[in-house]
Amino acid sequence: MATATLARGSGRSRYAFLLAPKALFGLLMIGALIVAGAFAPLIAPFDPARQDLMAAMTPPQLTGPHFLGTDHVGRDLLSRIIFGARVSLLIAIAVVVFSGIAGIVLGIVSGYFGSRIDSLIQKFLEVFWAFPPLLLAIAIVAFLGQGLAIVIIALASQRWIPYCRLARAEAMSLRDREFVVAARSLGAGHTRILREHILPNILPSMLVVGTFAMATAIISEAALSFLGLGVPPTIPTWGGMLADARAYISTSWWMALFPGLCIFLTVLGINLLGDVLRTRFDPKIKNF
Amino acid sequence: MTVCDRNIANVAATGTLLSVSGLRVSFPGTDTPAVRDVSLRVGRGEVVALVGESGSGKSVTVKALMRLIEFGGGRVTAGRAWLSDGQGGRIDLFAQSEAAMQQIRGNRIAMIFQEPMTSLNPVLTVGFQLREAVQRHQNVARSEADRICLEALKQVRLSEPERRLRQYPHELSGGMRQRLMIAMALACKPDLLIADEPTTALDVTVQAEILALLKMIQRETGMAILFITHDMGVVAEIADRVQVMLRGEVIEDGLVHAVFAAPRHAYTRALLDAAPKLGNAPPATPRPVTDATPALSVQNLIVRYPLSGGVFGRVRANVHAVEDVSFDVAHGETLALVGESGCGKSSLAKAILRLYEPAEGRILLNGEDILGFDHARMMLARRGIQMIFQDPYASLNPRKCVADIIAEPLEIHRTGGRTEIAARVATLIERVGLPASAAHCFPHEFSGGQRQRVCIARALALNPSVIIADEPVSALDVSIQAQILDLIEEVQEEFNVAILFISHDMAVVEKVADRIAVMYQGELIEIGPRDAMLRMPAHPYTKRLLDAVPIAHPDQRRDRQLTAREISSPIRAVGAESAAFTMTEIAPGHFLRCSRDM
Repeated sequence: MATATLARGSGRSRYAFLLAPKALFGLLMIGALIVAGAFAPLIAPFDPARQDLMAAMTPPQLTGPHFLGTDHVGRDLLSRIIFGARVSLLIAIAVVVFSGIAGIVLGIVSGYFGSRIDSLIQKFLEVFWAFPPLLLAIAIVAFLGQGLAIVIIALASQRWIPYCRLARAEAMSLRDREFVVAARSLGAGHTRILREHILPNILPSMLVVGTFAMATAIISEAALSFLGLGVPPTIPTWGGMLADARAYISTSWWMALFPGLCIFLTVLGINLLGDVLRTRFDPKIKNF
Repeated sequence: MTVCDRNIANVAATGTLLSVSGLRVSFPGTDTPAVRDVSLRVGRGEVVALVGESGSGKSVTVKALMRLIEFGGGRVTAGRAWLSDGQGGRIDLFAQSEAAMQQIRGNRIAMIFQEPMTSLNPVLTVGFQLREAVQRHQNVARSEADRICLEALKQVRLSEPERRLRQYPHELSGGMRQRLMIAMALACKPDLLIADEPTTALDVTVQAEILALLKMIQRETGMAILFITHDMGVVAEIADRVQVMLRGEVIEDGLVHAVFAAPRHAYTRALLDAAPKLGNAPPATPRPVTDATPALSVQNLIVRYPLSGGVFGRVRANVHAVEDVSFDVAHGETLALVGESGCGKSSLAKAILRLYEPAEGRILLNGEDILGFDHARMMLARRGIQMIFQDPYASLNPRKCVADIIAEPLEIHRTGGRTEIAARVATLIERVGLPASAAHCFPHEFSGGQRQRVCIARALALNPSVIIADEPVSALDVSIQAQILDLIEEVQEEFNVAILFISHDMAVVEKVADRIAVMYQGELIEIGPRDAMLRMPAHPYTKRLLDAVPIAHPDQRRDRQLTAREISSPIRAVGAESAAFTMTEIAPGHFLRCSRDM
């Protein structure tokens, strides 16, 4: 009789990998972004839209009111960066969620059923894949006009592809695994198999794709705003701030440096976290 | 430790090829070393078997000797390994540079592995890979290398060696691939061949051929073999000396006859008792037939897989997986279905479960033909027929806890409310001998045997009348096998369920079966009561199958004839029908199919 003790994996060791310095840095960056975005009106020292032409282009000051300086019309940079985090975060999360849902659903349907549904979905995917990502986003914005929702659609139109590809590949290999065959022999329908057996097993790798998609979305949003195709110019964004700074780069370096640094640190942090998650979940890396 | 002392004393003795003392291997991040104080001695021309169950450290030991353990993250933290250099001196394997080790691997010590398919590169021809192995170690011209390759293939008795050189690994059968691996290992005439479970993945008849081949080559070349296995039957067949490992330590070391006659350690005794032995079971007591309708009746079943090709994907040919198979299984009875891999056993199981639609035939479950059922009636019928799979690691969803896994059939068939299902799950967990705390554990927290218990609980959940068990114990260690077989027999009695027990292991079959059916190339060639089938097999293939089973005693070794036999392909042209051979009753309940092979 099997009365041998069961080796229970403790909860602490399961999530201990999140305490690695790389992961911790990533979590810290995402945490700071969320706090800044959620409590922007409380944290920001100034109204981000308030112009003060008398204080235009004030350099960063350690003791004065404008800690990171002001821009060409005297708006406080720190306040604009804090409010800009809102847009970055909102767009990044929305893009990750929408493209994730679309990519995963299409991917597992494609991989699980195979044959004609698969080739149909893959043809559809290849059409999107054929456009350079930024060009497609520009085309969508140019066609539909500016706005937060349209930027999200424009960015999500490309970001679902990596989810779909990976979800399809994993669903294809899971489809013939014995536990799925076991479920079919019990009489489980396709919906049940997809929901109970395929989806939970691909979620870890989707989490990895999600972190990288988030980083790319932040950069792409900044790029769109820099080109003047992002959200309306009245809303402060990091990319928009960079675009404003371009004309003054020789005289006011701080206008370009601080928004640029924010983009850099956020994307670096998310990528590092993604790296850690990938080594943790990638089945090819067995050292865990 | 006496075992240790004696080995060290023997190191200086003449004829020692390899001697290891005090070997300790650790992996970073673990407290206990994987291998502790292991001492080993292999004499020239000696066959030493290293025996133990999975996780006992036997593979780690040989990987440490080949210094391959470093690639896996392990480290040799203590011990010496001396390899005789053939001129009276010896070299310490653990002190060699990587470059020197590359010269030793292949040239002096060669290795063959369990799974010959994964050890071969699928995109290169057999000849290319063989020649590469030769040229890496011997400075010879291409034509000379080709000659050596051809000779090596002839040495391992591969049929048509010239043609084999131009073929790719997937064109060869498992046994042929393992012969090829042996040829590759032999090409450089090593002093020591390390064979890591070389026959575990092979069918029993092929295993017998490979063992005979190894023995013959060993006699011809005087090479020493270090043979790693978990199977005492194989040890009895081939070894001169045995070392038994348990949890990283050598616990028994002696000549094969002495160890089998009088094992010193309790664990060795347990291993020997658990070793499959044919002909030890008590005579079968015939089960009283309680009803006229069999639980499962398969009639003239034919399963074919279409092979399409060409531009338009037309069906070019059919794989004839199951050909005109008929049998009955009564309530409470176990019918064992025996045959080699590729004989159609699993296709038959899939067809019975309607996971793959058969081309022709009838499948009667409790007297009703399920092949004609629509979706709703088939859902009901599925309650009556359940399956236990071979690999308990693969057949459980790694992301579900045990309670959810066992509850799944109950939820699919909506057998009751949440509390009813929970109560049923708790009963089942207890019935298969798992602790109640197991309910909230995930599959990876269990051992192989415990996982198979979970699979049995899942199969029992709906009170089925038929269970198909596809090699349910072949992935388990021998000591666990016996426990799982006992459990299957217990629940069979309790639930009065008919079991179709698919297996390639005759000793396991003898233990569980009431009747035995033998399949060969898709056809059922012989079926009959267990004792009749084992004592008086009528078909030549059944005889060969029984002959190939290793006998777990070194005094009963048989000299086997090596024949390079051809296997006819199951792929036939569209429209081809198999010649109809009828089953003849040669004794009460004992049927035989007369065919061209006889």
